[in-house]
Amino acid sequence: MRGPRRKTISNQERKMRTLALLFCLIGAVAVAADEFTREDMERWQEQYQRVAQKGRQLWTSGDLGSNGVACAQCHPNAANTHPETYPKFQQQLGRVADLWEMVNWCIRNPLEGEALSADDPKMIAIVSYIHSERKGVPLAPGKH
Amino acid sequence: MLPVSLVRLSFAEPGRGFTFGYISDSHIQHIRDDKFVRSWDQGLKRAVAEANLLDPRPDFFVFGGDLAHLGTRAELDHGAEMLGALHGKLYMVMGEHDYYLDMGDYWRKLYGDDYYSFDHKGVHFVVLNSILTYDDWNRRWDTPGRRMQEMALLDNPNGSPFMVGERQREWMRKDLDSQDKDTPIVVFSHSPLQKIYRGWNFWTEDADEVQKMLAPFRESNVIYGHVHQIQYNQIGNIAFTSVMSTAWPWPYPESYALAESHLPILTVPMNRADPSNERDATGWQFMNMHSGRIDTTFNLGANQNRRVAWNERHRRPEDTRYQDKDARTPPQDHF
Repeated sequence: MRGPRRKTISNQERKMRTLALLFCLIGAVAVAADEFTREDMERWQEQYQRVAQKGRQLWTSGDLGSNGVACAQCHPNAANTHPETYPKFQQQLGRVADLWEMVNWCIRNPLEGEALSADDPKMIAIVSYIHSERKGVPLAPGKH
Repeated sequence: MLPVSLVRLSFAEPGRGFTFGYISDSHIQHIRDDKFVRSWDQGLKRAVAEANLLDPRPDFFVFGGDLAHLGTRAELDHGAEMLGALHGKLYMVMGEHDYYLDMGDYWRKLYGDDYYSFDHKGVHFVVLNSILTYDDWNRRWDTPGRRMQEMALLDNPNGSPFMVGERQREWMRKDLDSQDKDTPIVVFSHSPLQKIYRGWNFWTEDADEVQKMLAPFRESNVIYGHVHQIQYNQIGNIAFTSVMSTAWPWPYPESYALAESHLPILTVPMNRADPSNERDATGWQFMNMHSGRIDTTFNLGANQNRRVAWNERHRRPEDTRYQDKDARTPPQDHF
């Protein structure tokens, strides 16, 4: 009887130690996630700006589609894209669609090109650029 | 020139007004070999085909600039071929997309001078090349192709404002000096001879000086392209009307939320375009010149036509159907 009893105690101790260690770790992670510096914010902002800038390059270049037409030809400063109104019902698709789907619609039709996947870095860059030109406009999903 | 009394008399006779057609901003764009962007080709072909159906025939046609997209011979030749199917006398206006590759050399070879004047049935017409810019900017780029690309990008922060320039203004001053102040004047330019939004060159740097030359005339009218949208305005005695593009529509400057612009408050905008119809918010114009003023019918392929006519009581151009705030439709609301 002694043997198993001793073993039980030792198991409990082990569990306690593990728990204590886990709490320590969770505590450490939580502290790191809560705190970020101005430098972090600048760095993140710079990351976004760089992607949006890449989007602007794609937007103004004739290489996105197959016929040399650029998004900027119809949408200077990404105007008339209304990113704040998505998701919304799109008549030509017959359903509610998101902004990236309309970007693809334009790539396929006026640009006569191949659609991009939603998580393609090019698509992320294009959507980043569109939003960067629309800062401060209140969200209005569904609006026409 | 006709004696003034005869001009007034002639306009008093309903039979003596006249009409002309106006096609603009076709942006014929070369891809490679014999391939051109299909949609822009279709826009010009359709405008020419529709204009050829006009009956009775207009006295002449005007092409308002930007026949080519990047100013190449291939584009200008292909555009000229399609425009050549138009039946009737054609007057040409230079656009920046025709100009900045070779500073207008090939265009002038095809069409002659880029600024000139002519008289027609008692009206004096002046055609300007309003898309010139500073010499420093012209010399700034390594290659002509680069210069063209930079000017072709409408929202380019490295762009440069359009202008008529001193030499042409001096020519215009002399040209207008010989005209009686009761002679109706019509100016054709590519860029607006008024300042709307500099960021997209909806703007001519020396517009004020040109307007001053038009101010002494009883009836001055300016027709301009470049903006790919319906705009109209009245400044003193000068009536302004823009024309549509046959290729694609442009947003109204107010829809760029990060910058301030000054669309004439008189303007009832065109409909927001439905992108699923590639001819939507594109078109060409039929113009009726009467009593020294112009009524413009916008032939909008996929939309209901619009008509902006001179309102003699208000002494300004007005939309004959939508001018009243209550008469406007949801697609005319741009944001």
